[in-house]
Amino acid sequence: MNSESMPTGQPDNDRRDFLKYVLGGGLLAWLAAVLYPVFAYLKPPKQAEVEVTSVKAGKVSAIEKDSGVIVRFGNKPVILVRNAAGEFRAFSATCTHLDCTVQYRKDMGLIWCACHNGRYDLNGRNVAGPPPRPLDEYRVVIQGDEVSISKKA
Amino acid sequence: MKTLGSKLYDWVDERVKLGTLVEYMGKKYVPVNRHSIWYYFGGVSLFLFIIQVVTGILLLLYYKGGEQLAFESIQFIMSKVQFGWLIRSIHSWTANLFILTAMIHMFSVFFEKAYRKPREITWVTGMLMFFLMLGFGFSGYLLPWNELAFFATKVGTDIAGAVPVVGKPIMVFLRGGDDVTGATLSRFFGFHVAVLPGIFTVLLGIHLLLVQRQGMSEPISHEHVPATERKTMPFFPNFLLRDLLFWLVVLNLLAVLAVFFPWELGKKADPFGSAPAGIKPEWYFLFMFQTLKYIPGKILFFDGEVLGIAVFGLGGLLWLLVPFWDRKSSRGEPNRLINYFGIFIVLYILALTIVGWML
Repeated sequence: MNSESMPTGQPDNDRRDFLKYVLGGGLLAWLAAVLYPVFAYLKPPKQAEVEVTSVKAGKVSAIEKDSGVIVRFGNKPVILVRNAAGEFRAFSATCTHLDCTVQYRKDMGLIWCACHNGRYDLNGRNVAGPPPRPLDEYRVVIQGDEVSISKKA
Repeated sequence: MKTLGSKLYDWVDERVKLGTLVEYMGKKYVPVNRHSIWYYFGGVSLFLFIIQVVTGILLLLYYKGGEQLAFESIQFIMSKVQFGWLIRSIHSWTANLFILTAMIHMFSVFFEKAYRKPREITWVTGMLMFFLMLGFGFSGYLLPWNELAFFATKVGTDIAGAVPVVGKPIMVFLRGGDDVTGATLSRFFGFHVAVLPGIFTVLLGIHLLLVQRQGMSEPISHEHVPATERKTMPFFPNFLLRDLLFWLVVLNLLAVLAVFFPWELGKKADPFGSAPAGIKPEWYFLFMFQTLKYIPGKILFFDGEVLGIAVFGLGGLLWLLVPFWDRKSSRGEPNRLINYFGIFIVLYILALTIVGWML
């Protein structure tokens, strides 16, 4: 009856092993078939984004000297800074530390992140606090009175 | 003439034999010693959890998820729905008190070494519930979709993203995309009202079952006292009534807090606004937040934030597994190292929380 207790049970054990592999393998395949769609579902699909290369940021006359504004660049915020001399600079407004949105601080003459006190100078260089990298720079083009921002090539 | 109650009891008893259960409960005793006060903090945490479930369900009746709806629906709850302000305020305050009482419960268990053999599983399930509570706090914080919550979520999920290798996919999974958007709000809503409560309830069931099965832990110093000389009190009704009295006090405290210090809603989140000055997370994340401020961008070859996460992660893991490396306590010997370790952690958390609060 019990093949394992028989000394000559070799063929039966082979059959048992065979069944073990078939059933075990079947179980694994079944698990994969169930789990794969679930895990694939968790991954958000890529949304079709309109590739933005340039945005209008407003009129030169409307932006005060020694100030900064956040401009919407596609779905990313960009900070447009006009220094005391009247020159424009634009940087990604996303702090390189932990993803907060930076702001221009008149009193410090710096770009500052409120979340963890990170500081960047007006060239976008990280000068104090935890930010590990400078802010990415954008190109500012002035045509007549119109300020526009575009990605650096 | 039998009362309706006893008739009902007999009806059930005849079918499911309640007798043994009642006998078991009647024999339940709680040890009485100078540390007994700490026993109440587990019970009160359970009470606060129940309040969260009830008020959470009530909020669900009016809350709407989505970038365009979430903030407005909370405004609606607080201004139009009768007692909506109260329910929302109670839910927010209870969340904070819940974490506080659970922390007190956790530290008291830690310093009493009540996690020692045979209560390792109780400790681990308790700690897992504590981590889930932080998840509840973090996910629930975003649901009103206000400015502070928006940036808190950006920072929190970006921290997860800084973990090498697995970080990025985890961040995308949490955010429902590369950025914090309405998709994040939908996911957090799901975590907050379905995923976390489901897992939490299972852990809570195990935790409570173990407490019933093993009884309350006694201080190590009492283990040498003969059983006949140990003071106890019956759970029913002596301890339970004291428990309920404490619950009542906490409920009153909650009412006072919710009425006199209503929870603010703040400004609606603007994905194209700067992070507001003075932004800080909830008090229970403050010590980690403050630490992140002090870590420089680069330490040797490592990213500062990655190093910070590694240290906190390792600390949390050590804490979770303390019953398994504190062998001395399980043998009933005093272990000073554990005390120093615990005191260091408490002081560190207190100091950085206070500094974070002041600055």
